[in-house]
Amino acid sequence: MSEQERIQKQRAERTSEPAPAVSVDATKGDQLKADLDDLLDEIDEVLEENAEEFVRNYVQKGGE
Amino acid sequence: MPVAKVLGIETEYGIAGGPDLDPIVASSIIVNAYAQEGHTRINWDFEGETPEMDARGLANLTAFAPVVETHLANTVLTNGARLYVDHAHPEYSSPECRTPLEATLYDVAGEEVMRRALRVANQSLDVGQAITLYKNNSDGKGNSYGTHENYLVARDVEFLHIVRAMVPHFVSRQIVIGAGKVAAETESGIDADPAFQLSQRAEFFEEVVGLETTLKRPIVNTRDEPHADAERFRRLHVIIGDANMSQVATFVKLGSTALLLAVLEEHGPSCFPASPRQPVGAVRSFALDPTLRHAVLCEDDQQRTAWDFQDQLWHLAEGYVASHGGEAVAGPDEVALILAQWREMLDGVRDDPVSVSDRVDWVAKLRIIDGYRERYQLSQGDARLRAIDLQYHDLRPERSLAQRVGLRELHPIEQVREAIHNPPETTRAYFRGQCVERYADQIVAANWDSVVFDLGEGPLRRVPMLDPLRGTRALTADLLETCPTADDLLEALNR
Repeated sequence: MSEQERIQKQRAERTSEPAPAVSVDATKGDQLKADLDDLLDEIDEVLEENAEEFVRNYVQKGGE
Repeated sequence: MPVAKVLGIETEYGIAGGPDLDPIVASSIIVNAYAQEGHTRINWDFEGETPEMDARGLANLTAFAPVVETHLANTVLTNGARLYVDHAHPEYSSPECRTPLEATLYDVAGEEVMRRALRVANQSLDVGQAITLYKNNSDGKGNSYGTHENYLVARDVEFLHIVRAMVPHFVSRQIVIGAGKVAAETESGIDADPAFQLSQRAEFFEEVVGLETTLKRPIVNTRDEPHADAERFRRLHVIIGDANMSQVATFVKLGSTALLLAVLEEHGPSCFPASPRQPVGAVRSFALDPTLRHAVLCEDDQQRTAWDFQDQLWHLAEGYVASHGGEAVAGPDEVALILAQWREMLDGVRDDPVSVSDRVDWVAKLRIIDGYRERYQLSQGDARLRAIDLQYHDLRPERSLAQRVGLRELHPIEQVREAIHNPPETTRAYFRGQCVERYADQIVAANWDSVVFDLGEGPLRRVPMLDPLRGTRALTADLLETCPTADDLLEALNR
């Protein structure tokens, strides 16, 4: 399953759950948190493995 | 009367890797990789480059006058842009565009040019020497490089009026268009020890007005090098901006600034909000406060937050468009889009930041930084948070975080691909780009305001283009169509 399909599936599963008796704001908050969780999962997959070295090695000369 | 706000963006890209980790060599490899792929072989022409000219008319002998480097890779593209090595960075200067939406397209085309150059370059390098490029403005260690906007302004606007009118915008616009940054890297910034700043660039500004761009950076840069008829035009060279990954942020950055310059040309500076008493302190302290509550004392003894400034400036622009139209900047639909997006982003950052995380770079970045920190209970100084910051700007599709956070697109990729090759049609960039496309073998050099031909015999022939609004498709397409060779073109121009 591709990354995109996985995300779509997760979203579909979430939306197909029976609607809980909570305010619209709370539902929206849950959705936002779920979206962010998916995004953080994706970041885990592409973030440079050795962050310390990656950041340390990025040195630029000034420009302009 | 406002002049047409011809505009564009120059971006120095951050660069890592390459043979011996030499950034000048790596930058040259990038520029040459693109040129050698057959996109261009035309050199840049330095005639008319006078970056040391000061708009205030003073010869400031103690200032560090910019130096034009002529020995490094330097090309002009068929879309009218310039691609070259500036100091130790590859730089893409977009062609002159007629509207903010068009200038945004050509800025995004620059990212795609760099991505293609990167791909070609890395095919010929060992894996250990692979180059990476970043569209950002600092390395997190105290070194900054620029993203500069350029706007055509009427020469009869006094430079001090530009300073008076634009300082409030330049110190406060970061709340909607800042690209965000983890921590701080200059002496004053490190003292404040922020977890996050709104802007990549804010802490690097040390003066209100000045000529320099690499030392003592000024909020308003006085470089007076119009690349056009200096009797009629100025080019406002704006150095206090971040490189945006969000296309909407780039669009609002250009649109808001262009509209306010038109207001200044129409009404003069007195209708603008009073400047902060200490503009340098204001730009830095606003950057340090993602809650947007910080206020500064202004020349009229009022306290204003960055949001207050932007709100006042938005109303000024909106009132101008209502009474005068916005033709100097763009057509009615596009001007309405500038005002609508600027307003939504402004209200969003204050009332509901997540609602604009698809447009405001610093909000998009802060959302993933905060989320990641909470998920793994990281400390403020954790390298992974800095890595996220850096990788937000990574041009490699397999590493880019900006491509993953759900930023809105203004221009579909098909349109961007067209813009890599084809020039804008309503400025002189059309003539420049078309000449490079059609007569490459007979052009020895080109620059912003001329194209130089070598017809094989006789002296080199320079075709001047001192008016940015001539050389358009409407004015030159028929001529170019009927001139299969450069000889034909020059003969026709002489008639």
